[in-house]
Amino acid sequence: MTAVEIQTPGAKAVRREFWSQLLRSKTFIVGMAILAFWVLCVVFPDLVATHDPTAQDPLAKWVRPFNDGHLFGTDRFGRDVFSRAIYGAREILIVAPAATVLGTGLGVILGLTMGYLGGIVDDVVSRLIEALISLPVILVALLALTSLSAGRLTIIGVIGFLFAPLVARTVRAAVLEERNLEYVRAAELRSENAFYVMFIEILPNVFGPIIVEFTVRLGYAVFTMAGLAFIGFGSQPGSPDWGRTIFDERISLLSDVWWPSLVPALALASLVVAINLVADALEGVIDR
Amino acid sequence: MSEPALAVDDLRLAYVVRGRSLEVLRDVSLRIEPGESYGLVGESGCGKSTAAYAAIRYLPPNARILGGSVRLAGRDVLAMGTADLRHLRAETVSMVYQDPGQALNPTIKVGPQLIEAFTVLGLQPDEAAHRARDTLAKVQIADPELVLNRYPHQLSGGMQQRVVIAMALACDPTLLILDEPTTGLDATVEAEVLQLVRDLRIEYGTAVLFISHDLGAIRSMCDRVGVLYAGKLVEEGPADEVFDEPAHPYSVGLLRCLPRHGSRKGAQRLESIPGFLPEPGADLPTCVFVDRCPLVDDVCRTEVPEWTMFDDRSVRCHHVDKVPAIVHAELPAGVEVVIDRSTPPVLELKSVSKTFHQHGKKVQALRDVSLSLYAGETVGLVGESGSGKTTLAHTVLGLHPPDEPDTIYCDGQPLVATARRRADDQVRAIQIVFQNPDSALNRRHSVRRIMSRTLRKLAGIPRSEVEPKLRDVVSSVRLTEQHLDMRPSQLSGGLKQRVAIGRAFAGEPRIVVCDEPTSALDVSVQAAILNLLADLQREEATSYLFISHDLRVVRYLSDRIAVLYLGRIMELGPAERVFDGPHHPYTEALLSAAPSVEGNSRPRISLEGEIPSAVNPPSGCVFHTRCPRRLDGDMCSTIEPPLTPTPDGGVIRCHIPFDQLSRAGE
Amino acid sequence: MTRYLIRRLGLAVITLVLLSMVVFLVASVLPGSVGRAILGPFAEQQSVDNLNEELGLNGPVHIRYLRWAGDAFRGDFGESYKFRAPVMDFLPGAFVASLKLALATLVIVIPLGIIGGAIAAFRKGRPTDRIITIVGLTLAVTPEFVVGIVLILVFAVRLKWLPPGGSGDGTIGEQLKAIVLPALTLSAILFGYIARMARAGTINALAADYTRTATLKGLTWLQVMRRHVLRNAMLPTIAVIASQMSYLLGGLLVTETMFNYKGLGLLIAKAAEDRDVPMLMASVFVVGVFSMIMTLLADLLTAWLNPRVRLEGAE
Repeated sequence: MTAVEIQTPGAKAVRREFWSQLLRSKTFIVGMAILAFWVLCVVFPDLVATHDPTAQDPLAKWVRPFNDGHLFGTDRFGRDVFSRAIYGAREILIVAPAATVLGTGLGVILGLTMGYLGGIVDDVVSRLIEALISLPVILVALLALTSLSAGRLTIIGVIGFLFAPLVARTVRAAVLEERNLEYVRAAELRSENAFYVMFIEILPNVFGPIIVEFTVRLGYAVFTMAGLAFIGFGSQPGSPDWGRTIFDERISLLSDVWWPSLVPALALASLVVAINLVADALEGVIDR
Repeated sequence: MSEPALAVDDLRLAYVVRGRSLEVLRDVSLRIEPGESYGLVGESGCGKSTAAYAAIRYLPPNARILGGSVRLAGRDVLAMGTADLRHLRAETVSMVYQDPGQALNPTIKVGPQLIEAFTVLGLQPDEAAHRARDTLAKVQIADPELVLNRYPHQLSGGMQQRVVIAMALACDPTLLILDEPTTGLDATVEAEVLQLVRDLRIEYGTAVLFISHDLGAIRSMCDRVGVLYAGKLVEEGPADEVFDEPAHPYSVGLLRCLPRHGSRKGAQRLESIPGFLPEPGADLPTCVFVDRCPLVDDVCRTEVPEWTMFDDRSVRCHHVDKVPAIVHAELPAGVEVVIDRSTPPVLELKSVSKTFHQHGKKVQALRDVSLSLYAGETVGLVGESGSGKTTLAHTVLGLHPPDEPDTIYCDGQPLVATARRRADDQVRAIQIVFQNPDSALNRRHSVRRIMSRTLRKLAGIPRSEVEPKLRDVVSSVRLTEQHLDMRPSQLSGGLKQRVAIGRAFAGEPRIVVCDEPTSALDVSVQAAILNLLADLQREEATSYLFISHDLRVVRYLSDRIAVLYLGRIMELGPAERVFDGPHHPYTEALLSAAPSVEGNSRPRISLEGEIPSAVNPPSGCVFHTRCPRRLDGDMCSTIEPPLTPTPDGGVIRCHIPFDQLSRAGE
Repeated sequence: MTRYLIRRLGLAVITLVLLSMVVFLVASVLPGSVGRAILGPFAEQQSVDNLNEELGLNGPVHIRYLRWAGDAFRGDFGESYKFRAPVMDFLPGAFVASLKLALATLVIVIPLGIIGGAIAAFRKGRPTDRIITIVGLTLAVTPEFVVGIVLILVFAVRLKWLPPGGSGDGTIGEQLKAIVLPALTLSAILFGYIARMARAGTINALAADYTRTATLKGLTWLQVMRRHVLRNAMLPTIAVIASQMSYLLGGLLVTETMFNYKGLGLLIAKAAEDRDVPMLMASVFVVGVFSMIMTLLADLLTAWLNPRVRLEGAE
């Protein structure tokens, strides 16, 4: 009997197709472009900023946008609003990804274990997760930060730990679908150990949902961080951090001075929207 | 009144996918006279369903009609407005399709859903309700009132399909379209449903367009058939003639792929159609079958074949005269392997039981199953869903432990209950080929990775020596080394199943469980896979536990057959005897339910009622509630018959003496 | 249904207990000293220890938890550090205010989200769908204060239609006016999620075999939608509205602070600023319980609408 001929394209074509589909997606391109801009601002803020973000100028209070060399005007201390917005990206873009990586890592391990091993561990952790989920993340974070010192590492740890169960829930659901497929049976019938089945067999197949979950969580992390900063946690008064600045400057809104608060607000919005555009594009392309 | 029920003329239809127009129906013409039943056959992807949905203009938004016409009861379907189309659907044509559970709205009771089909005709609610009850009685539902008050999920699959059929008959349609109406139903239920449609068709005088991949069902249902290949009708004629003397090379190939009545692995190899079905929209300027045809020559490659007509038949082939002489492909003569039953069996089950606990109820999935499997032997497991076939296989594999330890033996040693605790040699001794190769192979791993991991893990081959061994495995399942670097998604269903088979055999197992290994595949691919399994068994003396709902396939591959019902063995014996009789009344009913491609030779024995619940099995003989040969008196309903030995070394569980069982069906 | 009900209520009780543990542990066991937090970094260690002792913060964790939980069960959440008055003097008023705000939000966002999602589903892949989806997604991920700033700027500062903040103590008309902007802010965030789920549900129901059956019966489009599509499409949407409850309640923190609306969110923000741990624990716990109850109600509604669950055990 002759061998059956090959009918399909080469091996790397699948991966190429993935990238070409992504690069054809407008949402992905736009999202990535905005993200790249903010990353640039974190790494080389002085390349983008026009002024020292902390330099006060009592003579130039509340300069309107596009005047006197101030692109977006100045705030009540005469500080350049545009430059503060650029420098304000730093804290959030370091802390949010770090917290998300931590949360996703823990969540993946937890979710794989719960989904694949099931049993009592799954029951207990599921209950715990349900209890945690009915508590808004931002409130629990606030609770924890009240009793801890509100340093950078603390915030990363707190948000990371709070995200872990949320990620775990998504991963668990994906694993539950996979573990009933026969390739998992086949691995068990070669007496592979649980570690191998979870991390080598199942994990690559739930990578899609994990990537999407990661980007979604990253958006939430930024969101949560900004909310905490707005309440006054996680940043020093007067720092150019976006949430903090908005809180500090919101009173001037009532005098119709909108730019000191709206500019960082829009900066923040652009970052979160960009992250979610990327998440949306990935979700559309990743096969499940 | 001479208008045909359906007249399709030169219909050309394409789907637009990513800006490309892919032609899926190429000049299809067919005519169904009032009251006639017409079957459409062909492999999946040939355009059968598209043709059916085009007939009622129910098409996805990306479908484009490129030309031709569709007339239903004399009215132009493609030209009419939305309101007219709605009236046409309400009054003239109905459709029944696969998976009745999905066809009914899960959140509405059966009653309102069925009554709706009458009110749409303009009937008053109470009149509609009355008619609904009558129609349910027509589809042989014993208690219409009860069924009307049920939600769909509370009914069995067979009952659901009856309700859908009742709905379809509400308007006394001119044309009834049946698209794989029995796929997914048990053979016994399928037979009931088909019989019902056959009876009602005559009663209502309805024309039928019947689509099925099951050639036996088509033959038993249809007056005429059309054979569709790559969106083109290649042959058409009276059903019996086309099936007995196919005149197109594709029809010939399709029919030869099936194991013929009584054929066996040792005596005969199956034929398959080489190559693959063209992709939708492929450029096929001449004969559509040109790439796979045994008769192909230069004429075929340059000229489009026109219809050749003879008697009542039409064929699209340049070489109609040569078709009857298509030689059976050069096949090595089968070698009948003699199974030595004097040696100890490879696998021995001694009164194995398995009970599942669900919501505090005990479900006895297996009860006192005893079975031996010898080297190189295939034992086929046969039974309706819920009979325990799969539970039996999974218990042997160690996916769940039997109730009592040490009831299963492999090579004389007790098998450890769960696979994970088994020693290496027990793990490698028993492997499995799953039904669905899509989910059986890890879609993120390349074929190389799948195979080499198995070789290292099961055959114990060190990493450095895997490479040469890989080549052996790949060639043993007739794949090439090029396939090694592919992911499963890049392989066709048949190739994937070869990889899965290669994986099962990599550790040189003693026993391979084959769980419906061909039911996800098209017939032409099925034949090649069955041949491969037969070859490997002969070469390696591997034993198979073979599960399939397709009795032809089971018979082809099995040496002995075990018939299961509600977790009990009802009968176990040599394949020929179990099939040809004398056999258990249940076996007899099961066999008679399967329509044969060669024309029905067996009188059909219908089984009353539904399969009883395994939570609460009937007293006495578990089959007595449905048995057509139940004895007078209460013996059958009070005393469970023991397994009695038969002269050929098998066993049978029936109160009727063995020599009287042969009377069955006469 | 009865069995489902019992099981679901049982689970709710377990969740409640776990919830109280989580709140207690996060607030009390993590390193850090309440006494130090209140008295500041320059206080004598002796006075810090004394204050801790006075506040009942020394002693084994489980004893402290049991004492707190037991009191909480009787409706006593202890005394506010800041106001030196029972927490329960503040909690009910704030809760009612937040409840009003949450209800106002749901009244606005549920119809909008469902209609928007259904329209997007019918126009799947067309510009209308893209616009609804992208606007929804963008609003959903934009922090509350960004939307809040724009709303204040437009409706309070420029148009002067509505007050820029406060709870509008006084007449019902004023209260309503005060609630509009915060409710719109929260609606903006939830709209995208509800619309997305309603869209997915509708698309699934439109593609389902039973919808095909209904169409091929010859029913009109409206009949198909009303009888067969909408009910099935809404089942998953209800579940998602419930799952977004905790999100909505989290949003109260920033939104109420933004608008100076005197509800639970503002109470929590102030308590956090003042390190008023009993007040903080109590109000966070109440938010958790509230969100849990909403999820429970939604689960029960979904179950009741789904005959598979409703009739479970009845056969």
